[in-house]
Amino acid sequence: MAVTPAMSAMPATPSYAAAMPFVPLSMVQLREMARINRVDCTNMYMAAGNGHFGSSFSCVEILTALYFSVMRVDPANPDWADRDRHIFSKGHAAPTLYSSLIRRGFMPAEWMHEFETEVGVKLMTHPSRRYQPGVDVSTGALGHGLSIGVGMALAGKMDRKDYRVFVLLGDGEINEGSVWEAAMSAAKYKLDNLVAIVDRNGLCVDGRAEDVMPMGPLKQRWEAFGWETFEVDGHDIPALLPLLDVLRNQGNAKPRMIIANTIKGKGVSFMEDVRGWHADVITPAQYACVVDELKEPLQ
Amino acid sequence: MNDAIKIPAKPRLTTSAMIASLATEGQRTKPAPFGHALAELAETRRDIVGMTADLGKYTDLHIFAKAHPERYFQMGMAEQLLIMAAAGMAKEGFMPFATTYAVFAARRAYDFLCLAVAEENLNVKVVCALPGLTTGYGPSHQATDDLAIFRAMPNLTIVDPCDALDIEQAVPAIAAHNGPVYMRLLRGNVPLVLDEYNYKFELGKAKLLRDGGDALIISSGFMTMRALETADILRADSVDVGVLHVPTIKPLDEETIIREASRNGRMVIVAENHSVIGGLGEAVASLLMRSGVRPAAFHQIALPDAFLDAGALPTLHDRYGISAEMMSTRVKSWL
Repeated sequence: MAVTPAMSAMPATPSYAAAMPFVPLSMVQLREMARINRVDCTNMYMAAGNGHFGSSFSCVEILTALYFSVMRVDPANPDWADRDRHIFSKGHAAPTLYSSLIRRGFMPAEWMHEFETEVGVKLMTHPSRRYQPGVDVSTGALGHGLSIGVGMALAGKMDRKDYRVFVLLGDGEINEGSVWEAAMSAAKYKLDNLVAIVDRNGLCVDGRAEDVMPMGPLKQRWEAFGWETFEVDGHDIPALLPLLDVLRNQGNAKPRMIIANTIKGKGVSFMEDVRGWHADVITPAQYACVVDELKEPLQ
Repeated sequence: MNDAIKIPAKPRLTTSAMIASLATEGQRTKPAPFGHALAELAETRRDIVGMTADLGKYTDLHIFAKAHPERYFQMGMAEQLLIMAAAGMAKEGFMPFATTYAVFAARRAYDFLCLAVAEENLNVKVVCALPGLTTGYGPSHQATDDLAIFRAMPNLTIVDPCDALDIEQAVPAIAAHNGPVYMRLLRGNVPLVLDEYNYKFELGKAKLLRDGGDALIISSGFMTMRALETADILRADSVDVGVLHVPTIKPLDEETIIREASRNGRMVIVAENHSVIGGLGEAVASLLMRSGVRPAAFHQIALPDAFLDAGALPTLHDRYGISAEMMSTRVKSWL
């Protein structure tokens, strides 16, 4: 395979399933990891020719916090029974997840070079459990993740295990009725081992999320459904960490919802909060601009 | 339907007949065979959980719920959640039996069953009451299209049992199968007929219940019971009808169907409790064409491609030609 400009710009990656014990990253390291994630996403989309830039960039800090500080996982044993689970319900932003899993050591770094480039590659447009170690649930069809998370959290309770189930949802995705079916049941079954995060970037395919379908005061809505709810700047890693890293089975008997206010396309000036960058083609000139802008971690 | 065919006079039926069981008066039945079989199996299989969407009582799952309350999950009227929470349970090593009505599983929860369960080949058993024309409540509750909908779903095994014995034996069999299963359920007081035929359910196997030289009825679900009744009726007219029961719609037992349909060049009739489109009839027709098997004639006894009427079940079964009387009249007309 020919070396493309996209590939040569890739930062060094750790070896696959490094046997070293994992130490949660420091705040400086987390910010750097978030930066690397955005560069990885850009490279993957450059190789593919287009991609869901907006929603990929809005959830970078959330995934970085989960995979490099919060979640109890073992890259050498992706299906470890006691691991924390993560359901990437907003599956369209797959490269953000792929970068996290590769940098954390779940998958070989080479896979990144082949994202969506040909039939049969391991990293396809949406995450697939069938091909990708570390992916707990195949996603892409929206509105599935939270209900599946309810089942996994119920199973954890039945098995008396202390793992947590994290579900990352898009704010457009929560228009789906299945999400609210899940919301009711999680409260009914007191699933305090379930943590949901809404990546509230405010933009859908067809326009502003509030115009496409007004969801009103989200925090109060989830509260009314019986959840413990929080609102946070979704790009603020120090603020995210304590909300995500709750004690397992903390005993308040409520599922936890974190409304993460984010910016679609965060980190690239010409993509931020621009509807057109939900999914678009990137030109070589634009690619150079993005890489240039992503030289420094976001503050 | 053919107006010229006289329907025998019957007592006036009330609304309760719409939800009554399929059993005719005096017929041997067993109560809630699915609920009892599942509760019994769960004594030894600790991974079994029962889930329902506010239809535990009407899918006989209440028997399981009473026996194993700690493994019973009421998900409310939320079929999407029902299927996906079952998926989540299955991912963690449990084997959920999720129950609802066939219309809701097939029409409302299709996407969720397809992608959250079948795509990952998860061990979820979806057991659904009111398949085909087994309620008189009208199109909102009549799953005349479920087989057509589900046959195209990869990885999904489809089972359509005939009677209480078939259901009892199918439950451990589908539990032993690793992968998603959709089972059509007869609930309440379910007729018992197959115990007289030295029958044993085997997943994926068709069973020849009786032989006959004039015509072969290939059938699934309770239509096998109707086929056996039809064969009895026609025997009085010296018409010799064989019955091949096909309780597994997918994967189809192609070998047995080809073997039986090839014999003697006799007429083949496929009888099913489903729309004439996309069910067992079309599956068998396709198989025979692909295999070069040419029976003397091929007919389908199935529900019309229409939204059916509401009313008392016996009346509807006569109207749409799936009562034994109507079937035998039609079979005779084809001979």
